[in-house]
Amino acid sequence: MAGFDKRVYSYEEAMAGLEDGMTVISGGFGLCGIPENLIAEIQHRGTRDLTVVSNNCGVDGFGLGVLLVDRQIRKVVASYVGENALFEKQLLSGEIEVVLTPQGTLAEKMRAGGAGIPAFFTATGVGTPVADGKEVREFKGRQYLMEESITGDFAIVKGWKADHFGNVVYRHTAQNFNPLAATAGKITVVEVEEIVEPGELDPSQIHTPGIYVDRVICGTFEKRIEQRTVRK
Amino acid sequence: MALSREQMAQRVAREMQDGYYVNLGIGIPTLVANYIPEGMEVMLQSENGLLGMGAFPTDAEVDADMINAGKQTVTARIGASIFSSAESFAMIRGGHIDLTVLGAFEVDVEGNIASWMIPGKLVKGMGGAMDLVAGADNIIVTMTHASKDGESKLLSRCSLPLTGAGCIKRVLTDLAYLEIQDGAFILKERAPGVSVEEIVAKTAGKLIVPDHVPEMQFAAQ
Repeated sequence: MAGFDKRVYSYEEAMAGLEDGMTVISGGFGLCGIPENLIAEIQHRGTRDLTVVSNNCGVDGFGLGVLLVDRQIRKVVASYVGENALFEKQLLSGEIEVVLTPQGTLAEKMRAGGAGIPAFFTATGVGTPVADGKEVREFKGRQYLMEESITGDFAIVKGWKADHFGNVVYRHTAQNFNPLAATAGKITVVEVEEIVEPGELDPSQIHTPGIYVDRVICGTFEKRIEQRTVRK
Repeated sequence: MALSREQMAQRVAREMQDGYYVNLGIGIPTLVANYIPEGMEVMLQSENGLLGMGAFPTDAEVDADMINAGKQTVTARIGASIFSSAESFAMIRGGHIDLTVLGAFEVDVEGNIASWMIPGKLVKGMGGAMDLVAGADNIIVTMTHASKDGESKLLSRCSLPLTGAGCIKRVLTDLAYLEIQDGAFILKERAPGVSVEEIVAKTAGKLIVPDHVPEMQFAAQ
């Protein structure tokens, strides 16, 4: 790697340095815009005791769900974990810990983490179990919860196109949590469908500026669909 | 007769106004999109990061990168925008959504809502519901009035863990349209053929019944 050339050419290299007990922040919403090959590489590495921060935890046999097979995840911070039988089993048996976090709060925790903001106040969750143990403050006559931000040892991100500088654009709703995750990793790894020539991406259309990105790899993707709904 | 899911969606759609930005939850709220009055323009927000959700795609248009918050494949309409989850919830939390429609297990006379967790059953998560109820001023809850065993879901105090406190002002059930004000439900409309007595019997929380409670009108199908 020289200068701003952040390209790596193997998934092994892409996830180098990931160790047991680390926190991994992942982009994706359901199975849309998930870094599926980076997740597969974590499975391949056999890294254990991971804390995974992601809106969802994949499905049985795909996405983050593959990390449940060999019990590689110790803790999940997510807003919705519904589509996964193995997950339910490990949750009920106490093998895995879950911190259910409102979706907007989760997004803001990542955004704030990447932006150097340690905590923020939100009305979301006031008067609910989410507020348990958290500071409540009143501003302009309304109550707000203090929520702490999140950073990770690694952030794994799925983009559409990148250049070797690590500038990334996302495609359609595969954007979701990805640009937020990208800001919040000590090491941020982005896998994309295409690495384009320098200068090809319009600077004013970049979603994730390269400063947040440490490694870029080009992959091929299955892009599984959860709910295929069509009109006639 | 209790309202069908489609009739509930039709009734909610009457609350739409031209130029509204609207977030529709999963289930009956999703059906509301089918009944937006002709000639009215409404932008649907999907909290995974899409403002201006269009129709479902044709087979040829299906795109794994284009889904809604229910993880269904969708399209974007002309005038749509797509953004990150943080941006999406900035819109929601910041009070920029004109109308939010979502389901619930229970609501109570204080405007509390419980919709995400039944203790002892598996908890799958709140998704975006807590942010939606905290951020929106204008919320309509759609739900059945009572459980299959006849237990009221309109209570003096929610028994389940809350999704939000003091944030609900309007409820459409399969039996009635009600508003919540000053610690009571106010019966505003009843489903065609449903008696006030039945609604009273199935409402556990304090209920105020005005002298005249109009029947909802639906065009013959």
